[in-house]
Amino acid sequence: MSIALIVFLPLLGALLAPLAIRYGRNACAATAGAASLAAFALLMSHLPGVYAGEVVRQEAAWIPQLGLSFAFFVDGLGFFFATLILGIGLLIIVYARYYLARQDPMGRFYAYLLLFQSAMLGIALSDNALIFLVFWEMTSLSSFLLIGYWRHLPEGRQGARMALAVTGGGGLALIAGMLLLGEAAGTYAISEIIQRGEIIQASPLYVPALLLILVGAFTKSAQFPFHFWLPHAMAAPTPVSAYLHSATMVKAGVFLLARFWPALAGTDIWFLIVTPVGLVTMVIGAFIAIFKHDLKALLAYSTVSNLGMMTMLLGFGTPLGVVIAMFQVLNHATFKAALFMSAGIVDHEAGTRDIRKLGGLIRLMPIASVLALIAAASMAGLPLLNGFLSKEMMLEAAVHTEIAGIPYLVPTLATLGALFSVAYSLRLAWFGYLGPTRESYPHHPHDPPAGMWGPVALLVGLVVAIGLVPPIAGPVLARTSMAVLQTDTLPYYSLAIWHGVTPALFMSITAIVVGATMVALYRSLSTAHAALPHPEAKAMFDRTIAAIVALARGVTGRTQTGSLQLYAGIIVAAIVAVGLVAFLQGGHAPGAREMLPVNTPAIVAWAVLIAVSGVVVFAHVSRLITLVLTSVVGLIVSVAFLQFSAPDLALTQISVEVVTTILLLLALNLLPRRSEPERSAAARWGSGAIAVVAGLGVAYLAYAVMTRDVSSISEYHVALSKPGGGGTNIVNVILVDFRGFDTFGEIIVLGIAALAIFAMLDSALRGASARRLAEMLPSRRSGDAHPMPLVVATRVILPLAITVGVFIFLRGHNQPGGGFIAGLVVAIALIMQYIASGYDWAAARARYNPHAMIGAGVLIAGATGLGSFFFGAPFLTSSYDYFHIPLVGEVELATAIAFDLGVFLTVVGVVLLALFQISRVEHKADRTPVPAGPYEPPYDRQAAPRVVEPARDKEA
Amino acid sequence: MNPMDHLIIAPILLPAFVAAFIVLALRENLRAQRIVSFVATAGLLAVGVYLYALAADGQTRPYLLGNWPAPFGIILVIDRLSALMVLLTGFLALVVVTYASGGWDEKGKHFHALFQFQLMGIMGAFLTGDAFNLFVFFEVMLIASYGLMLHGGGPARLKAGFHYVAINLIGSTLFLFAVGLIYATTGTLNMADIARRASEVAAGDVALLRVGALLLFLVFALKSSLAPLHWWLPTTYGAASTPAVAIFAIMTKVGAYSIIRMNAMVFGGEAGPVAFVAEPWIIPAALATLVIGALGVLATRRLVDLVAFSVVWSMGSLLIALGLFDVEGLTAALYYAVHSTVAAAVLFLIADMVTRRRGVSGDALRTAPPIANDALVSGLFFVAAIAMAGLPPFSGFIGKLLILDAARASAWGPWIWTLVLVTSLVVVIGFARAGSTVFWKAQAVGGGLVAAAPPPEREYDTPRAETPMMRVCVYALLAAVALLVVFAGPVTEVLEATARQILDPAGYVDAVFDPAVVPEWSR
Repeated sequence: MSIALIVFLPLLGALLAPLAIRYGRNACAATAGAASLAAFALLMSHLPGVYAGEVVRQEAAWIPQLGLSFAFFVDGLGFFFATLILGIGLLIIVYARYYLARQDPMGRFYAYLLLFQSAMLGIALSDNALIFLVFWEMTSLSSFLLIGYWRHLPEGRQGARMALAVTGGGGLALIAGMLLLGEAAGTYAISEIIQRGEIIQASPLYVPALLLILVGAFTKSAQFPFHFWLPHAMAAPTPVSAYLHSATMVKAGVFLLARFWPALAGTDIWFLIVTPVGLVTMVIGAFIAIFKHDLKALLAYSTVSNLGMMTMLLGFGTPLGVVIAMFQVLNHATFKAALFMSAGIVDHEAGTRDIRKLGGLIRLMPIASVLALIAAASMAGLPLLNGFLSKEMMLEAAVHTEIAGIPYLVPTLATLGALFSVAYSLRLAWFGYLGPTRESYPHHPHDPPAGMWGPVALLVGLVVAIGLVPPIAGPVLARTSMAVLQTDTLPYYSLAIWHGVTPALFMSITAIVVGATMVALYRSLSTAHAALPHPEAKAMFDRTIAAIVALARGVTGRTQTGSLQLYAGIIVAAIVAVGLVAFLQGGHAPGAREMLPVNTPAIVAWAVLIAVSGVVVFAHVSRLITLVLTSVVGLIVSVAFLQFSAPDLALTQISVEVVTTILLLLALNLLPRRSEPERSAAARWGSGAIAVVAGLGVAYLAYAVMTRDVSSISEYHVALSKPGGGGTNIVNVILVDFRGFDTFGEIIVLGIAALAIFAMLDSALRGASARRLAEMLPSRRSGDAHPMPLVVATRVILPLAITVGVFIFLRGHNQPGGGFIAGLVVAIALIMQYIASGYDWAAARARYNPHAMIGAGVLIAGATGLGSFFFGAPFLTSSYDYFHIPLVGEVELATAIAFDLGVFLTVVGVVLLALFQISRVEHKADRTPVPAGPYEPPYDRQAAPRVVEPARDKEA
Repeated sequence: MNPMDHLIIAPILLPAFVAAFIVLALRENLRAQRIVSFVATAGLLAVGVYLYALAADGQTRPYLLGNWPAPFGIILVIDRLSALMVLLTGFLALVVVTYASGGWDEKGKHFHALFQFQLMGIMGAFLTGDAFNLFVFFEVMLIASYGLMLHGGGPARLKAGFHYVAINLIGSTLFLFAVGLIYATTGTLNMADIARRASEVAAGDVALLRVGALLLFLVFALKSSLAPLHWWLPTTYGAASTPAVAIFAIMTKVGAYSIIRMNAMVFGGEAGPVAFVAEPWIIPAALATLVIGALGVLATRRLVDLVAFSVVWSMGSLLIALGLFDVEGLTAALYYAVHSTVAAAVLFLIADMVTRRRGVSGDALRTAPPIANDALVSGLFFVAAIAMAGLPPFSGFIGKLLILDAARASAWGPWIWTLVLVTSLVVVIGFARAGSTVFWKAQAVGGGLVAAAPPPEREYDTPRAETPMMRVCVYALLAAVALLVVFAGPVTEVLEATARQILDPAGYVDAVFDPAVVPEWSR
């Protein structure tokens, strides 16, 4: 049967469980259980094969380029872990049904739980190192969700984030490790990798890969110094703690070490890192556990200690170590899951998990207590229970291990760890369940429903069965170990209660005796312990995160200051630096073009240009002066165009200059007269220096460009302007034909600009900014708003200007001119009406909405371009012909003229729309009525639109 | 010519005509605008699909505007890369226009016209085969984006908008300098022609051409928010209206696209003295971008800012891959570009869902009463955040694997690996903190508490949910994320072909100057 299905059935359950909740909590739990059970059944269908030594492999491609595929395989190790995941998972699902309170969202719980189960099965069964990573990180994410399940509890939120940061971070290291491992092995197939140990260990990538993978394993399995997240993960509901944080997820790290054991283990570096880390974790975890008052915290540290033991065993690098580690995985999963569920029962029934408030439970809840006591005895390593067996084997193996040349170090520390675990187990048993009954508990404790103690009983049954008849675990252990070791021959070991008088026996006896004594002397020990320093890992973690956040805020706050000057300064400096380096890295020869003779007008213009620019630097605080001076620059540029025989450009430049100056003048009216410098002198000098260097750079580039000749495409434009484009004004033919598409884009840019200005100022006319505007008093007012001579002059000029515009427009294709300039000329004439006669007067007479002109202009220009489609030619293909018009004579008409009409309309519309909108804003600020001067024709002010859309009504 | 060939220009003309039509005839009728805008954008997506299928045969097809032969007129070029970007834009645009029609478009004038013009600019930038025309489309795109950025008004937007405009004006000016230098040394504007002539440039002109090529790179780097030119992005994205910022998700990719087009292809391996001029700069700068973005994610106090900084971070990742300038790197960059566009857009939409439900508390990352339907919103946020941060099983993870895999051979490899992974962790922590504050901590507060001092500027005064159609938009984007994962294999294969096409400038030049496409001189 499909292995992938085993992995994905729980995922399906995760989707269905939240839907099933509407049919009740039983339906929800049943759905979750059914998904797990189905997966379990599928898994069991592989049992005969696996135990016959077969390895089933299935693969479906996903991203072949990357080597990422949906590859799964079932061998002894994967089967063993998958059985644990699904078996304990089923028990947890039953248990949680009774554990969760009515107000807890059960659908979400099972969804998260099954999501985790699916990811965990993926880890156990994947045969591709990259898909392994996917499942690995998914367990971190589902663990995050489960720890934070009670989102209103701060411990839940913080614990979830901490677990995610540590295990997620380890997962990122694992990504790097797996990529390196895959490169060293030449494959990502895990079943292949584990057979290429020699190649991998000979590779220079072995050490970095190993270190990164170990970070992944140690974070996940809560090894020192990453152990601190696990106790805080106990904020999760107890079924989660039992499942993820003792029986399965935290063993993913151990699984990782076991899975890749043949590829990575056996070297000195492996031994020297993994063994000490495991050993230290085992001792420290056990020590801390003794003094924990919260049942779950005690169990959590005990889990840390047990994981340390497994890690240490795998670190030995010997086949025997592997066998014992696998045995311990099995035993720990049974007794620890049972104990966690028991802790949940206590919490559920007595209302507290605090050991100091408990005691005597055996008389109040006998079934649950007996089960818990057996499991605790196994945890302590007392004989006749499974915990005893693996602990004995571990101690025996420790005796034969020597690290750093110190003979007794490992056995001593191992005994110490065993001793501590006796102590915490007995403390749990004595102070929690035995001892005198208390007068009161937060709730009155009694045995829970069978749904809660049943799963515990099942596990405890296993604890006892294996403890009494060890050989029943034999086949499982053998098959699993053979899969880990990738061999068919296992080292000698015997699963028996009595091994004779061995060093391990003495170590066990010492552990039990001293451990029991410690519990007897607990009170004084606890006082002594209180005097010890207590490095609080959570506080350290929080401080670290806070420091990183502070660093982030410092850096971001100091760079992202919101100062445009700073940003612009850095950007321009970067541009200058890159440009300079680029320039210096290439060959450069001065241009060969002959210089033009220097003449007086040129020198004068040049001097004026420099003088004006210089004055702006110092006079820029006055906005009006700045505007006037910059327009001088524009005028000189247009003179320069004229000098270099570009009358079109000169005309354009002048008209643009006029329009922008007028619009800016109107806008200036709304601004303070002066712009005071906001920055220190030093900052300004800095900006100045950057500006000067940038300016010199640009000047040099311009000089270099102008002094050289390169054959360019413009030669073609010159040659083909008349025969190809039907016009002798090359500039115009380029604009409307050769590069008409650019022009199409540019008129749209203008149109958008006008629309954007309109939209921006429109929102400025509403809300708070509108109120501010209304409060603004007109600060300056000329004595005569609408001087009579100006009114007369502009009205006379209007028809003339329009005629000139038409003229310029029509001759454009052959002489200087064209739609763009014509549009500007007409727009200027219209603006003059507004200036001379006032906004209201002019607006009341405007026939066309500028919006419409923009829209129509773009559409006309575009439609002209589309016309060529009917002739099977691409967009904007032009055509021209000569027509004879009576009286006028021979006239050349090019399709480009229609395009130019679109340009014309857009330009007029844009200028007028900008004008209207700025005027509207001014209007808001200046509510003085339009003076009815002597030359004002009869004008009904009430009927005219005062503000708003100028000519909207007329359009209809 | 084949009438269907005109569809190459349709992605530019369709939004242009629609926008102009809206301005001309529908400017007072929001309902009609919505319908027209939606239908047109759906049409755009359909054209995108057609063009994508057209380009899938691996051919590069020029479209000669005005029927002028290249390099004398302007040409558009559709190849795998431009088709991919057009398709992606079409999809994103359809989602965004739908989302905006849920109410955002009422907050100011001309939303739909500006939006369509924005699309025109973006599409033009992807399709043009002419360096100066690219400038024009950048202008179209930018000026429309100024309008969209300011959509809805308010002082914060105006201030950020001013910065955005000012910094982009520096970019536009630089663009002109760069194109001027390239024209002055190669005598041409057509990209294929530049590619052809770059290797033959006179020895004494090499310095100027190098400056031109690198300044052009800086223009695009500015658009793609490469450090230290990234300043505008967090402020702009943090202040802009949601639909604007969602469509802006593609704008950073216009910068990345242009780097690919100009600095990987035109000034690519066959450009002689200017081959890969951007190479020494891009990876170190991208690494810095990565760090700045990640720190920003951790530093911010607003959800939208957080997403904005995560965009900076993702651009760092993208540009690292791009900067490798080889097939693997470009494949990774393209995958990451598609992924991060969708992921950023959906995160911005979800941030808006949160903001509107929180009412006066806005998107401030501090405790506020629980929001309505918080299970749904927090679930969506969780998925989108995982995708963005690059954790399995979503597209960000695959993108990250592709990048790491591609970076193996690079001299920068160890740096890339370290910084990509470490900053990933920082981003994960940042998202976890934000989500925990917004969704989980709220549960501890309960319904009684009202935020002590609501921020002075806020989009919503009273909590309100989004419309069902808006929710569909979020689902659509998340579905795209899921599809990117499920079909990662075929997608990567196609992108690899795209990368190969990019790194073969000769093929592009041959296609543009293919005698068969030069128009017969009949006029």
